[in-house]
Formats: sequence, structure tokens, C-alpha cells
Amino acid sequence: MNTPWLDIALSLDGFVAALFLVTGLNVIVVRQMLAALYLFIIHAVLLASSAIVLAVALGSIHLGWVAVITIVTKVVAVPVIVRWSAGSQVYKRREVDQVLSIPISLLAAAALALAAWMSITPLVHSISDRPFAAINLPTGLMTVFFGALTVAVRREGVAQLMGLLIMESGAFFASISIVPDLPVIAEIAAAVDVPVAALVIGLLIRNIDRLTGTTRVGLLAGLKER
Amino acid sequence: MSDLIVKLLTNLLQVAFLLFVSPLLEGLLKRLEEMVQGKHGPSIFQVYRDIWKLFHKDEVVSSQTTWIFRFAPVISFAMPVFVVLLIPELTAFPLFFAFMGDMVAVGFLFALSGFFTALAAIDTGNPYGPVGASRTRMIGFLAEPVFMAVFFAVSFVANATIPYIVNSAWVVSWAAFLQPAHVLVIVAFLLLILADEGRIPVDSHAGKVEIAMIGHSRGLEYSGSGAALMKWAGAMKLMVLMIVFLNVLVTPWGLARDNSLVSVLIAMPLVMIKFLVFIVVLVAIEMSMAKLRLFRISEFLSAAFVICVFAMSVRLVGL
Repeated sequence: MNTPWLDIALSLDGFVAALFLVTGLNVIVVRQMLAALYLFIIHAVLLASSAIVLAVALGSIHLGWVAVITIVTKVVAVPVIVRWSAGSQVYKRREVDQVLSIPISLLAAAALALAAWMSITPLVHSISDRPFAAINLPTGLMTVFFGALTVAVRREGVAQLMGLLIMESGAFFASISIVPDLPVIAEIAAAVDVPVAALVIGLLIRNIDRLTGTTRVGLLAGLKER
Repeated sequence: MSDLIVKLLTNLLQVAFLLFVSPLLEGLLKRLEEMVQGKHGPSIFQVYRDIWKLFHKDEVVSSQTTWIFRFAPVISFAMPVFVVLLIPELTAFPLFFAFMGDMVAVGFLFALSGFFTALAAIDTGNPYGPVGASRTRMIGFLAEPVFMAVFFAVSFVANATIPYIVNSAWVVSWAAFLQPAHVLVIVAFLLLILADEGRIPVDSHAGKVEIAMIGHSRGLEYSGSGAALMKWAGAMKLMVLMIVFLNVLVTPWGLARDNSLVSVLIAMPLVMIKFLVFIVVLVAIEMSMAKLRLFRISEFLSAAFVICVFAMSVRLVGL
């Protein structure tokens, strides 16, 4: 790809990365479980968009497959599985409990983003022959941290599951820029894990809800032996 | 026609465009919201009729009020008119007053009118006025740091805070327009517009219960020409914020590039199209979200603040 088009592709990827980051940040702050699920769908669409931009820019058919697989598994399969397995009554609760207040969670997210950037910079410099890595690697790592923070600060099963899925999407976002030629079979194998994980955790949440009457998993800490 | 006269006429056109189009935009917004809710809604020209009717009504002013109550509608009306002279409403090239103030000055002028409106609300002795004023001030205190962060992020990304220079910085290339920091600034500014304009999820514009109102209860005591000026000022403020958002940040295209009246006249429908698209987006946001509880607004604005910090950080690291 010649330089002006590469510049535009880089800018487009940066545009998608910024939206990817904002959506990941939103998953930490959103208080409704259904809204968290919708944000995850948007997040997955943005992941697929980045894969398409990279596929066109790098001429990689494998990344085109990544985009297709992402849409099939994360945009379609995971939301259907999560809604079915966790049960519809789970989504009726309006507010998700948090360990930390939202402003403090956001400050923690900003600090984590900075930590992600500082830790990834040496790696980005060492692979300067892959121009998209400068955008995707830090964005992906920041999103992985955001997902981890979501798991840590939420006291609600479904919201924690969204955090796990966001982490996985972040890892994928980073990896497509450094390994654009992974065989399709490997991509499928990696992608199929996600709906399976969503199914298992969704069923677990359903069972917790059935046995305890709530999905506020934070309350389960009270069962610890003293 | 000399350049000087054309620029002077363009300035007058800018002000006239703001004065006469702003009620139409508010009317469109209300009509579209009602239509989405399955109602017929008022005519898009209803705001003009309301303003006309209010100007022809007698004014009732409490004997307990001071000059501030009389002065607040005038200053609220005048500020958007001043602000529109500083920002690229119809032209991409700077006009006479373009360098008299930057985006911080725009924020200051609106803060000044907000200050007088809050004082006037307290001045009336109406129990709901001070409640609305204090709530608006609370949101204002939370929004001010975010406003400053947005301005700093913009100045960091575009190397200027003069709206005409910021606007031209994005149109240099697609790469400049699509840079991540720009996108983050756009998202943060959109959140600020929703907070500052009292739109859902911060406040319900269509709310009728005084005790639940945030900003709208400040103007309940006005009648006649005072109420007309306040209503018109509200519509103009929304339009000015839309101009800053659309013509400076999001879509800096469609503006007159040369100093001729024909170009300026051609720019008018193009800017109107942008307004229409933004109104549709605003309606989509308002219809798909619920109003936040008062003490959750800090979370909404802290999200905007962190997004601004990200914008600056992303720029700092050279992305």
C-alpha cells in the first residue's frame, strides 16, 4: 500500500481505536446490565472494523476472516448465549453494585491506561516495522486492563462476565496488529472459546441466581470462612 | 463591493442567521421528539409563535425583585449574539471579531449569562428558582473542569484555541481529522453539550414537575417580554453550542471559503443540513436513555473528564 493510503488507513485505525477505548471505558461505568451487553456488541463491531482496516491496508485475507469470525461469535453468538444462559430476569435489575465509586473507578482506569502505555512502549519501538502495532498494541493492552478493572470493581455476575469478554476483545485487538497471518483454523479455535466461556459462566450465573435469588456475587464474600 | 463591506455584511448575516434560525431548530427538535414518541407534536414554527405571543403580553414582575431580575434576560439574550461573532458560523475565514476571543472566552461569556440567570432565579423569592439555580451551579462546578480540559485538549491537538484556527486544523488532511485525540475530544464535548443544555441523561427538557427540574425552574417567574427573551436566548445558546460542535470540531466543512456573499448564502443550507443531522442524533440519545439521578451527574461528567485526559495523553504520546 502506498504512503498516502497507508496514512489514511492508520488514521482510520486510530479513529476506531479511540472509539474502542471509549466503549471499553463505558463498560466500567455503565450501571445497567443490558447496556453493558449492548456496549460489548459495539466493542466487538469496532474490533471487527479494525480487523477490516488492517486487512485492506496489509492485504491480509486472514484478517478479513478475523473480522467475519468476530462478527459471528461476538456480535451474534455471545449476546444470544449470554441472554439465554443467564436468564432474562437477571437483566431486570437496573443498577449494578460497585466496590469503588464511578469517579474513583474512572481515575483508576486513567492510571491503568498510563501504566499500559508505559509498559508497552518498549515493545512498540522494537517492532517498528509493523505500523499498526503503535495504535493497536497500547489500545488493546489498555482495554485488557479496563476489563480486569471491571471484573475487580463490579459485584455483579453479568457485569463481571462483560469485563472478561472485554479483556478478550482487547487481547484480540492487540494481536491482530502483530500477527496478521495467523491461520484461519487457529483464529476459529481462539474465537470459539469465547461463546463457550460465555455459556459456562452464563449458566453459572443462572445457577447462582436460582440458588441465592440474586446475581450480586459480591455478597458471596460473606460465605468465606473466618 | 469592497472586502470591508462584504465582511461587515457577513457579520450581520451571521447574527441574523442565529436570531432567525435558532427558534426553528428548537421547534424541529421538539417536533421530532414528539414524533418519535408516537405523538403528532407542535408545529416546527411553534417557538416563533410563542416568542411573538410573549412579546405582546404584559409583563408581571414581583415587587420583591431587584434590577438583576430585569437585567438577566437581556444578558442571556446578548451573550449568544456576541459569541457567534467569535466562531465560524458560516465562513471558514476569520471575520472582524474572530481574534477578539477564543474558546475559553466563549465559555466565559456563557458562564456570565448563567451567573446572572442564577442570581435572577434567587432574586424572585419563588421556592423553585433557588433550587434550580443551586442545582445548575452544582452541575456548572462539575462541568467547568471538563470544559477547561476540553479546551486544553483542543489546544493541544490543534495548537490553538481560536475557533477559526481549530476548525482549519482538522481540514488539513483526513489523517488530521481522524486522529484518535480528535475523536475523544468530540465525544467529551458531546457529553458536555448534553450536561450544559440540560438534555437527557442530565435533565429532562420536557419535564413539567418543578421540583424535579434542574435548569428550567430558573425562568419560571418570567412573563411577557422577559420570558420571550429567555426563550429566544435558550434557543440561541443551543444553536451556538451546535455551531461550535459541528463547525469547529466534528464537520468543519460546508462553510464559505472566499469572501463573497454568494458563498456565504450557499453555506447556509449546508450548515442547516449539519444541524438537522445533529438534531436527529440528539433525539436518538434523548429517546434511548433515561434521566440520571441528580447525584449520578458527577459520574457522567467525570467520564467526560477522563475522556479528555485520554485525548491529551494520546496526543502526548504521539498517536
